[in-house]
Amino acid sequence: MGRYVIRRLLQMIPVFIGATLLIFLMVNVMGDPIAGLCGDRQCDPATATQLRKEFGLDKPVWQQYATYMGNVFTGDFGTAFNGQEVTELMSTAFPVTIRLTIVAIVFEVVIGIALGVVTGLRRGRPVDTGVLLITLVVISVPTFVTGLLLQLLLGVKWGWISPSVSSEAPFDELIVPGLVLASVSLAYVTRLTRTSIAENRRADYVRTAIAKGLPRRRVITRHLLRNSLIPVVTFIGTDIGALMGGAIVTERIFNIHGVGFQLYQGILRQNTQTVVGFVTVLVLVFLVANLLVDLLYAVLDPRIRYA
Amino acid sequence: MRGATHARWAVCATAAALAATACGGGGDDSGGGGGDGSGVLSSSWGDPQNPLEPANTNEVQGGKVLDMLFRGLKRYDAKSGEANDMLAEKIETSDSQNFTVTVKSGWTFSNGEAVSAKSFVDAWNYGASLKNNQKNAYFFGYIDGYDKVHPEDGGKQTAQTLSGLKVTGDNTFTIKLNQKFSTFPDTLGYAAFAPLPQAFFDDHAAWLKKPVGNGPYTIDSYAKGSVMKMRKWDKYPGEDKAENGGVDLKVYTDNNTAYTDLMAGNLDLVDDVPAAQLKNAKSDLGDRYINTPAGIIQTLAFPFYDKNWGKDGMEKVRTGLSMAINREQITETIFQKTRTPASDWTSPVLGEAGGFKEGLCGDACEYDPKKAKEMIEDGGGLPGGQVKISYNADTGSHKEWVDAVCNSVNNALDNDKACVGNPVGTFADFRNQITQSKMSGPFRAGWQMDYPLIQNFLQPLYYTNASSNDGKWTSEKFDDLVDKANAETDQAKAVGLFQDAEKVLRDDMGAIPLWYQNGSAGYSDRISNVALNPFSLPVYNEIKVS
Repeated sequence: MGRYVIRRLLQMIPVFIGATLLIFLMVNVMGDPIAGLCGDRQCDPATATQLRKEFGLDKPVWQQYATYMGNVFTGDFGTAFNGQEVTELMSTAFPVTIRLTIVAIVFEVVIGIALGVVTGLRRGRPVDTGVLLITLVVISVPTFVTGLLLQLLLGVKWGWISPSVSSEAPFDELIVPGLVLASVSLAYVTRLTRTSIAENRRADYVRTAIAKGLPRRRVITRHLLRNSLIPVVTFIGTDIGALMGGAIVTERIFNIHGVGFQLYQGILRQNTQTVVGFVTVLVLVFLVANLLVDLLYAVLDPRIRYA
Repeated sequence: MRGATHARWAVCATAAALAATACGGGGDDSGGGGGDGSGVLSSSWGDPQNPLEPANTNEVQGGKVLDMLFRGLKRYDAKSGEANDMLAEKIETSDSQNFTVTVKSGWTFSNGEAVSAKSFVDAWNYGASLKNNQKNAYFFGYIDGYDKVHPEDGGKQTAQTLSGLKVTGDNTFTIKLNQKFSTFPDTLGYAAFAPLPQAFFDDHAAWLKKPVGNGPYTIDSYAKGSVMKMRKWDKYPGEDKAENGGVDLKVYTDNNTAYTDLMAGNLDLVDDVPAAQLKNAKSDLGDRYINTPAGIIQTLAFPFYDKNWGKDGMEKVRTGLSMAINREQITETIFQKTRTPASDWTSPVLGEAGGFKEGLCGDACEYDPKKAKEMIEDGGGLPGGQVKISYNADTGSHKEWVDAVCNSVNNALDNDKACVGNPVGTFADFRNQITQSKMSGPFRAGWQMDYPLIQNFLQPLYYTNASSNDGKWTSEKFDDLVDKANAETDQAKAVGLFQDAEKVLRDDMGAIPLWYQNGSAGYSDRISNVALNPFSLPVYNEIKVS
């Protein structure tokens, strides 16, 4: 187990370097960011040169990348164009996005799995058909439509919630945005759980468990659900990274000053330091989440062992 | 107080559906203070692009803060745009080149330090110096010695201070310019010319965290990227004291969200009504929607460095294109009258006396599809048979109007492919292509004035090699007239000369004027006396909170 984890951690290094290099090059291809700083006019050449020098943009790309990575390992993610340290931006943006992600994941786990179990056990019944139909609708409607619609109805028409999230972004204000963010994944989780449960219901070990006379509740939670969760856990694990980085639309609609907003702004302003910094952290989140998922397999299914 | 409470309940009852949260929120924000000038309003904001230094802020979001936080030698009247003395007791000159400035005594920064001549000179020297990376440094370019502290050719900076600035007393200093510029004092209302306290230089990082100025507001707290709380400064010595208790500037991720928040009653003022909502704004807000002219003009510039567009005879094609654009229809249907068809190269906010002349463009800006077609054919047709109008697709609703302009041109020329839009992904990339002279056809050019002078609409944009002459248009005759106008001390004569220069621009159609842009804003029923100044900034200090 320990050796497995170490091997996985070592594998992360090339993935990490490759991913950051790709991002770095992609942002670089967009061109010189200094030109966008002076509004609808030309930056005076002397100031532009000076700025380029200060942000290290006058050096060749490989050298920029090397310096950047060197700095990252000492915890220095550089400075954004507005003079703020990128680490400072991260320290305000990540807590907000993590809260939003937690809300979304809770929705996925609680509602998604519960609905999946219910429909999986009652395949073909009206409740199953109904939920399937609803998830189909949720999957096919884009997030921004759901988001704007809920914002308008709940926020403006009925006044149940505030249409925008305040800058502190506490949990209770994030419930609706979290639901919107989770909606599509939630539908997938429901469908995955449903299929998995329905399949395993006919498995021998379930029949044995029932034959042993175990209570129905115990059969479902300990035997059926635990074995059916493997694909679901895989999905949710990879979804953590996707939710954190992919919340751009939701965060803009609900005025959440999180990672998505910072990334969006960074891309608009071609702010290499912000974009690469945030994406680097997101890459790390993805890698760690994936590792955790793989380790969870062994917990869920004792037959799986890592050596 | 009793009356105010009743009124609030009445509003809540009648607009219960809309304002359920507003009533609660409103009460919290104002802390129960109604009508006595202590109420705090909230206003939409965007994260400033640059550090909040006066000489480093060149966009409207940072400009909002500076406008509340600082007062300079001059201040532009919120209605007429006229430059009035603010901290300046007097600015004297005999030759339009050497100026003596007397600063009013009795003014202080909010940390108690007196505003003296030195506060100005130090601030300007800081702004001009190359090593400080100030993006508005070129504003000091008229002052003698600028080439030493800010060498344009990338050479080494050989002086730390501008030789043209001399402190001659506690409250007096002299300015020597490197050329005659009669209206120079009127430019001093621009934020870059604001005074700075000693604290700015002593502990720069701390100052940036919580800037200190001499304006009617002070910064109470500043959470970067989310909210800035500005509060009334009670000891503000000026006459334009804040008539509310303060302003909370809230950063919004999207102006649509800000508008929705205004509808729900969580926000008091939105000074940037999103294009998609313009249609509803009137019915949503009634007379709480304002739409007033601002000093912004949109034009189409041409790449004169491209031999296809720069050659002789092309002025007919350019004029023809101008006549093929149905400005009236586009401003009405796409912009819902938040733009006015342009008929000169300045802006209505200048006023007749300031140099705005309606119809100066004449027939060349009137929609006349038949004549447009003739002109373009006369001039040898469109280069390559097609014009591509470039624009940045990331902000604003540029795609909509470019498509409409093209549609208008295509109809006039009876050719579906005569004109197409050419979107560029980001603003920075768009600016890059422009500065590297890579444009191959007309492109979007917008200009927001720095100070309300006709000079500001012409010289930076069309003078040979000027900082914002993106199309590299050049005309000796135009340059001559501008030089003469700058040297002219009589204002009316100077304006006349500038207009003559404008006519030179017209005859060559150096850029197609499209429309004058208005500032638009919407506000809640909690606040009143809301207006936008010619820079499309809300006049915050005059807003009353009830």
